[in-house]
Amino acid sequence: MTAVEELEQTPVRHGLLRYAATKVGGALLSIAMVIVATFFLFRLLPGDPVRALAQGRNMTPEQLDLERARLGLDKSIPEQFLHFVGRTLRFDLGVSYEYKRPVLDLIGERIGATLLLTGTALVIAVSFGLWQGARAGWKPGSRFDKVSTAISLVLWSVPTFWLGLLLLMVFAAGIGPIPGIFPTRGSSSVDKPDGLAGVLDVAQHMVLPCLTLVAVVYAQYLLVMRSSVIDEVGQDYVTTARAKGLRDDDIRRKHAVPNALLPTVTLVFMRIGFVVGGAVTVEAIFSWPGLGQLFYEAIRVPDFTLMQGTFLLITVSVILMNTLADVVYHVLDPRVRSA
Amino acid sequence: MSNVTWVRRRRAIGRFWADFRTHPSGVVGLVILAVAVVLALVAPLFIDSSVTNVVSGTGAKMAPPSLDDPLGTDESGRSVLLMIWWGSRTSLLIGFLAALLSMVIGTVLGIAAGHFRGWIGAVILRVTDWFLVLPSLVTALVLAAILGGSTATIIVAIGVTSWPSTARLIRAQTLAVEARPYIERSWALGAGHWHITTRHVLPNVAPLLLASTTLEVASAIVTESTLAFLGVSANKTSWGTMLRGSYDWGAATAGAWWYILLPGLCIVTVVMAFTLCGRALESVLNPRLRTRAHA
Repeated sequence: MTAVEELEQTPVRHGLLRYAATKVGGALLSIAMVIVATFFLFRLLPGDPVRALAQGRNMTPEQLDLERARLGLDKSIPEQFLHFVGRTLRFDLGVSYEYKRPVLDLIGERIGATLLLTGTALVIAVSFGLWQGARAGWKPGSRFDKVSTAISLVLWSVPTFWLGLLLLMVFAAGIGPIPGIFPTRGSSSVDKPDGLAGVLDVAQHMVLPCLTLVAVVYAQYLLVMRSSVIDEVGQDYVTTARAKGLRDDDIRRKHAVPNALLPTVTLVFMRIGFVVGGAVTVEAIFSWPGLGQLFYEAIRVPDFTLMQGTFLLITVSVILMNTLADVVYHVLDPRVRSA
Repeated sequence: MSNVTWVRRRRAIGRFWADFRTHPSGVVGLVILAVAVVLALVAPLFIDSSVTNVVSGTGAKMAPPSLDDPLGTDESGRSVLLMIWWGSRTSLLIGFLAALLSMVIGTVLGIAAGHFRGWIGAVILRVTDWFLVLPSLVTALVLAAILGGSTATIIVAIGVTSWPSTARLIRAQTLAVEARPYIERSWALGAGHWHITTRHVLPNVAPLLLASTTLEVASAIVTESTLAFLGVSANKTSWGTMLRGSYDWGAATAGAWWYILLPGLCIVTVVMAFTLCGRALESVLNPRLRTRAHA
């Protein structure tokens, strides 16, 4: 490495480190804010959590007091706050009222199913949405573009849960001449076979929830990719490529799309919170045994410890994903890096 | 207000309308909205809340559409058509008020973040970004579950979780407006913070605000129906609670398509109308998107 190159290299690397440090610091601050907000939010609760716990069970006042002391509810608010923060930092999310088991264990059992479902849906939605968005944005105003925009507008207006209900009605229950070909609930049959047949069983259960989630999130990927390709179409390098006599498809695939991809993919990860909301709804409808359904059950019961634990986990993961996207974008895009 | 200003305003409105009319989809959206709002407003002249009463159902239970009940009946023999009509009042009311709340929070914080450059602006921006990252549906669900699902708390839950994008938009516009020379002139003439923000910044961001409120109502209606469907809303009839009822009863597996299809179609139609309107407004009002120049 020559001296000149070194000179050019060093500030960049420093810039990146400083940038990453700022972003991680920001994320930690956000997480701290989430923990504080969660504490006060869940203390707004009307009524006494111990009484809710004792509902339908015979408990003497002494037992109630004992339970209150066990949960730390007899202490002052600042003491409770410190207690809560300490426990949360040690990943102790408390014990669920409903399941009588640690919230963290419940989350551990469910998280795999959620990752499987949202991961698959994201891969499909991103690849399909980006492909269609790139084609639509390349020729704005063409028939393909108009149809794509119309589809995404409709999907944008359709509530996730309603789409799920429709799919459930048509493809799981069957209507008229259409037989019900997919299961209505769960992630596997009761008598789940082993090996390949077991994988196929899970896949068959996943079709409808996955389809619903894809339909809802893919529209916005399409629109984002479309507008970012439209931004590229007018650029000089595209004109140059045309002047060189390259085929239109080649210009799109090899020149315009890679440039448009970067901001789009970042936006995709920035909006992961939206996908999480969709996942909660979809898991609730199809009884997919994931984190979203756990959260939904916590709301239905209501089981406030479980709700608090899942809420913390979901928000913190979303914050971390955002930060990651931010830093990766910075690493990948030289334009942002030099700025 | 002087006569000259009036004439100028009226001309501006005329110009705006002429522009808006060039967007056929926006006009279609506006017409649908007008019809929906009028229907919701006149509903009490024809029916009352008894159509949502479980014991007052007159038809057969879960009957498909017929001459008596054009859109069929639900599990208690209530007419789906009348429930949709009555439920539109709750759905639209929550949509409008939640969007309004979100706009007020977003505008106040957005203008403040753009106007006060020092630490006040920085803190507001930080809080805005924090809210922007939070998964809004999940947060709204928790809020509604904790505060109890009355109409007012649903409005608060939606409003409190949806304002950050407005705040960012308004902040950017405030920065742009305050960079103009006439603001400096105003400062020089002794104007205070209140005068600058309310007399100069607010009128300049108002058009943008109109467009984004319209879009916000659309997403507030979707959020309301989702919250109601997930069961955090108390039992006031809305399109979302109807769909909740259909799910609880198992209408999907029983093939009661009318009970699922129709409330959902209402949501989609109204939401799409708001979206079309909002997009048309945006392209008329947002100078960046405007293609034709106006003197």
